[in-house]
Amino acid sequence: MAVNNNSLLNNLTKGIIKENPTLITLLGMCPTLAVTTQAANGIGMGLATTFVLVCSNIVISALRKVIPDKVRIPAFIVIIASFVTLIGFLLEGFIPELYDSLGIYLALITVNCIIFGRAEMFASKNNIIASACDGLGMGIGFTLALFLMGSIREILGAGQWLGMNIPVIHDNPMLLFIMPAGGFFTLGMIIAAVNKISNKKPPLEIECGSCDKCPMAEKCDKMEGTDK
Amino acid sequence: MKTLAVILLSAMLTDNFVLSKFMGICPFLGVSKKLDSATGMGIAVTFVMICATCVTYPIHYFILVPNNLAYLDTVVFILVIALFVQLVETAMKKMLPSLYKALGVYLPLITTNCAVLGVTVLNIDNGFTFIQSIGNSLGGGLGFLLALVIFSGVRKKMEYADIPETFKGVPATLIAASIVSLSFMGFSGLFS
Repeated sequence: MAVNNNSLLNNLTKGIIKENPTLITLLGMCPTLAVTTQAANGIGMGLATTFVLVCSNIVISALRKVIPDKVRIPAFIVIIASFVTLIGFLLEGFIPELYDSLGIYLALITVNCIIFGRAEMFASKNNIIASACDGLGMGIGFTLALFLMGSIREILGAGQWLGMNIPVIHDNPMLLFIMPAGGFFTLGMIIAAVNKISNKKPPLEIECGSCDKCPMAEKCDKMEGTDK
Repeated sequence: MKTLAVILLSAMLTDNFVLSKFMGICPFLGVSKKLDSATGMGIAVTFVMICATCVTYPIHYFILVPNNLAYLDTVVFILVIALFVQLVETAMKKMLPSLYKALGVYLPLITTNCAVLGVTVLNIDNGFTFIQSIGNSLGGGLGFLLALVIFSGVRKKMEYADIPETFKGVPATLIAASIVSLSFMGFSGLFS
């Protein structure tokens, strides 16, 4: 992908709507589905991911000329995993309730395709400030998407929203929405709504996060022949 | 202490990795279009899960814990998995070319599959013994395989369905996944 010197503002805002990682490019589906039973958890997960995304983007961008091309994937993994460990400590120390409710998914930020994808696609090719803006924008987009998912599921499934009781629904919540099946359903509906609003052709299929965005695409070019 | 059979079956059915823990969603949606690629991916993931458990379990208990380094779990585990996947790929290519031909294409994708990292971390978090960890990994892997195979069948049928324009592609797939997940909810309460 050609490096284009877009303005910083563009780097920042493109992740929020135009290239929203969850709803448009369909990356990072696991946390999107897993932690969004409550709106507050969605925000917490989103902000934790944003922190890791910004930090790893900065470090990877700073080291982009030092890391040899051949070992870049293991190098990226170590950098990302270190920041995940760091945010784990911070949350455990300062917001233990959130730490408990995110549980194992906190450790799984390490393998979140968004972070990997941004490292590979953006941070390893752009300067530090642009990469930081890109990470921040993508992180905010991810947080907003998670907050939206969490709000819908919490309001319909539990009749609450950020601790407030919603009248009528609170007495007869649709439990389905906070169950796993409701997660898939809500995300499907949101993506359909996004398609309708943006009036664009729906993304054809997810091919393991679609090849052009996949950090492993180079290694798995054999994939294409088998996937017809 | 739960018995081995309960751990294995609950990892496979009630706590299915894909449909109730949401791990490995990317391959679940990406590779489930055809039955044989779904089977291949499922078997490859099961294999890597068991082997990764065999490697990470001793590392955690014999190297990290005695040195008070247990907080390095995530960093070490993901590196071990990445390394291991690479190793398996190279070894398989040399020694079992026929198996490599069948599973090889899926191996590089497994490094970024959160189910594999997830199962190794869960084994430690739940305080399983070594044998129980293997049981949990085997169950998790088989559950993943089961979900992929079932879902590839559902998608085959969906190809002939007349779906509204906005729902074509990913939204319809997700809603179908929701229904499959709903059916797995029937297993809940199987072991209590």
